[in-house]
Amino acid sequence: MARKKNRMSTEVNAGSMADIAFLLLIFFLVTTTIASDKGILNVLPPKQDPNVPPPDIKKNERNIYTILVNANDDLLVEGEYRDNADGLDKDVKAFVLNFGAPDEEAAALYNSLPASLQAEAKRDPASSDHPAEAVVSIKTNRGTSYEKYLEVLDLVKKAYFDIYATRANLTTDEYRALAGKDDAEQALIDKGKEGIAMQISIAEPDKIGGN
Amino acid sequence: MGKFGNKQKAEVSIPTSALPDIIFMLLFFFMVTTVLREQELLVEQKIPQATQLQKLQKKTLISYLFIGKPKNTSLYGTEPRIQANDVLVTTNEIVQWVNQERDALPEADRGGITISMKVDKDVKMGPISDVQTELREADARRVLYASVGKVVKD
Repeated sequence: MARKKNRMSTEVNAGSMADIAFLLLIFFLVTTTIASDKGILNVLPPKQDPNVPPPDIKKNERNIYTILVNANDDLLVEGEYRDNADGLDKDVKAFVLNFGAPDEEAAALYNSLPASLQAEAKRDPASSDHPAEAVVSIKTNRGTSYEKYLEVLDLVKKAYFDIYATRANLTTDEYRALAGKDDAEQALIDKGKEGIAMQISIAEPDKIGGN
Repeated sequence: MGKFGNKQKAEVSIPTSALPDIIFMLLFFFMVTTVLREQELLVEQKIPQATQLQKLQKKTLISYLFIGKPKNTSLYGTEPRIQANDVLVTTNEIVQWVNQERDALPEADRGGITISMKVDKDVKMGPISDVQTELREADARRVLYASVGKVVKD
């Protein structure tokens, strides 16, 4: 008996190691939630001092692109009714790049744009003077759904990012992925943005139709 | 000719002794990338879709606000509520919460605090605008509307 024991193999059986590792692997696969910190960035305006009246900004009506969204999620874009937001990005792009009455600086900006963006300039006197003046205003209602609001904001951002990306010679997705990690990336970001700031005004919602 | 005879006798079984190592490598990958959920969600979260998503570089600067219909409707009602950390708060408490979050950050980063608003699709703009007013009050003006990618049609 004793002899037999001595001759027994002392190696640990490692064949089931893979199975154990598989079990652990499956546990982590199931519990993993890959954190997604993606979203639409927005910077809120600074808080208003109640003692100081809001600044009286005189701006020509033609330089403001108004988008109203009511409690039924219907849109009123520049006074025209729309029941969906499709194509809004193209209209905003056309509005920003209108160059209706450019001053010297804006004319220089216009000349620096690539040909495909120059072609967008319709020079309509009823639309924005030049990109530095153009403001997109989004006004919602307290009853507007968040989903619709985000859809509209998304499309307006898309219009701007399209312009930036074309200037930086990238696709829109590539431009948005730029993070400014090094000087080269930062230079590309600046190249896209230069002279055309993203001017989106989000008005306080109406009290009607909500809670 | 003798060579050919040798080849036929060659061992054909694949060595599987490296299999555990490969599996362990996968295991470690998932262990490292896993972020265990720190808090239990008390509100419903159906994140809306959008196309123009941006990613933030410094994740430590992000604080989360969850807004949606409470899961436990018998206790909290059906109106949208705000969840900060792991409790439901009222709108008035947001300023205090933001200040707490900001104090937890290193001094140099305090100006860059970003609030990621994880809002349910079905919430209306009313509560959102109330929260934003409070965030302006607390001077935490960088807001990220958390959303998931949408497949574009064209």
